[in-house]
Amino acid sequence: MSVQQIPIEQPLLEVRNLKKYFPVTNSLGKVTGHVQAVNDVSFNMKKGETYGLVGESGCGKSTTGRTVLRLIEPTEGETIYKGENIYQLKGRKLMDMRRELQMVFQDPYSSLNPRKRIGHILEETLKIHRIGSKQERMDRVMDMLNKVGFQSEQYFRYPHEFSGGQRQRIGIARALMVDPSLIICDEPVSALDVSIQSQVLNLLEEIQDEFNLAYLFVSHDLSVVRHIADRIGVMYLGQMVEEAPTDELFAQPLHPYTKALLSAVPLPNPMIKRERITLKGEVPSPINPPSGCVFHTRCPHATEICKKNVPVKRNVAPNHAVACHLYE
Amino acid sequence: METKLLEVKNLKTHFNTERGRVTAVDGVFFTVHAGETVGVVGESGCGKSVTAESILRLLDEKSTEYEGEILYKGKNLLTSTINEMQAVRGNDISMIFQDPMSSLNPVYTVGNQIVESIMLHQNVNKKEAYEKAIEMLRLTGIPSPEKRIHEYPHELSGGMRQRVMIAMALSCQPKLLIADEPTTALDVTTQSQILDLINELKVKFNMGTVMITHDLGVVAEVCTKVVVMYLGQVIEESDVRSLFSSPYHPYTDGLLKSIPQLTGDRSKKLHVIEGKVPTLHQVPKGCRFAPRCAFANEKCHDEMPELVQADTSRKVRCWHYKEIFQAGEESPYVSAADSY
Repeated sequence: MSVQQIPIEQPLLEVRNLKKYFPVTNSLGKVTGHVQAVNDVSFNMKKGETYGLVGESGCGKSTTGRTVLRLIEPTEGETIYKGENIYQLKGRKLMDMRRELQMVFQDPYSSLNPRKRIGHILEETLKIHRIGSKQERMDRVMDMLNKVGFQSEQYFRYPHEFSGGQRQRIGIARALMVDPSLIICDEPVSALDVSIQSQVLNLLEEIQDEFNLAYLFVSHDLSVVRHIADRIGVMYLGQMVEEAPTDELFAQPLHPYTKALLSAVPLPNPMIKRERITLKGEVPSPINPPSGCVFHTRCPHATEICKKNVPVKRNVAPNHAVACHLYE
Repeated sequence: METKLLEVKNLKTHFNTERGRVTAVDGVFFTVHAGETVGVVGESGCGKSVTAESILRLLDEKSTEYEGEILYKGKNLLTSTINEMQAVRGNDISMIFQDPMSSLNPVYTVGNQIVESIMLHQNVNKKEAYEKAIEMLRLTGIPSPEKRIHEYPHELSGGMRQRVMIAMALSCQPKLLIADEPTTALDVTTQSQILDLINELKVKFNMGTVMITHDLGVVAEVCTKVVVMYLGQVIEESDVRSLFSSPYHPYTDGLLKSIPQLTGDRSKKLHVIEGKVPTLHQVPKGCRFAPRCAFANEKCHDEMPELVQADTSRKVRCWHYKEIFQAGEESPYVSAADSY
């Protein structure tokens, strides 16, 4: 493999102060404001690690995932991959980066071209990156199909002949074709039923071990993230409010938002009755986020300082960081 | 005292399609009492929404045929006339739909839409209807309802729109509420607000509720009784505690095991139900779950089991539930509850 050996201590990917603002225009096309979709997000990922990015709709988790891959250009900030800022890459190097960072999309129905046979869909990535001869490419596609649980005959089928779960497996196979080192999974199981969801999650875990992959796993489903992630970052209104190893986050959530979020998930067990923290009100608009701590409008513990000063994300324990004035 | 509100007896809903006749619902039984919440769960395509729509007869009558009985207070809704149905819909039985974005009319204010339903069923003038609508909106926890009532759906967030839907559904104080995936389109923190609201109003009005959902967590939180559906049939009916602690049907068991847990050990692999749900055009001859069931034998593939009374509060549609249940290992849910 052409992937260079990376020392274990060094992060595989480092996201620094990432910002993405989308302009809001009026009917004449004049910019009247900005949606602050991602606002100063930093985190890093190790090789072979699964990093879960959770939050509710509109919190910027998907935008973060897409910006890391440079599917969207950032407003500010950098993403360091192999010592280089990926937003400054050009030409050959950009292509290499694109090969090593792959993506699995949420909707298995719209992310596969309906007019191409699945064999060709998988082969296309190899063609783009000019890998192998025609015969080699075909062999590789067949191998990959078998790996994700298909028969070789299914090479010639069209996407509509497959169910949602099968298509999602094809999406995963496509990302795997070019030996990536990191896959960004944007809600990969949200569109699937529970019995199918477990098949896809198991497959993701199997291939992770086999290829030593890192996943940036974006999801709103906390039980799924708990199952698959090693570390979790919790996002609210474009900012990362807490970051911790999975077990620690679930055992000891610190940020008031994380606590409320965890307590709101209905548990599939009628024997457990929990104290639920119900948040008042609604998520404020990202066009005009609150001053100070973005969560202060809904936070049960908010004080004067929360309205004025933006809390800085700081470590309260090794690997456990939180952005909240309560822990200063 | 328990009053039987709704009784669905062997409901079958057939659709005449271009590819022939399909039976989307094929043998659904359940009863709803006043003040009770019955959960109907199943994966997509199992017929749970069609069941809900059949109760109110919302499906296109030209291409749909019903069989069986739906008794509301002893009267069969399937043989009622259109006028009789109109009097029931929205007044005695109300429905909340899944998608709050598309179930409200975008060109009318929300007040207008709630008032319409109140004036249709109750003998009040417009002013009284508006007052009633404001009261309902306040009841659902919408801040400053006097102002909100003049807003259009696009000015409200998803959670707010779902509150408007609930206000509309409850404006005539129905005896029975059918909620079709009421929180699926919402975020978890909003979902918990809406579930609390439905629960609160259910107690207040002593409503019977049918909660259609695919989320077993929601079922565990709000339902007293559960009906599990697979491919158009009810395969298990049980009180909520027994279902989660000791499911009888292998499908229910598999479904419960395949959800990732928020508590307990997370290093184990998830359980997988092999295969996929067959389409309605190729329904298996015998037990519908047989092709995916680890316990299936020849009898399962040849003969369809009936929904039988397994014990006092439970029914199951399986030939082998006794043997499987006795041989089965302890459900993970009991131990998880102990260790929590």
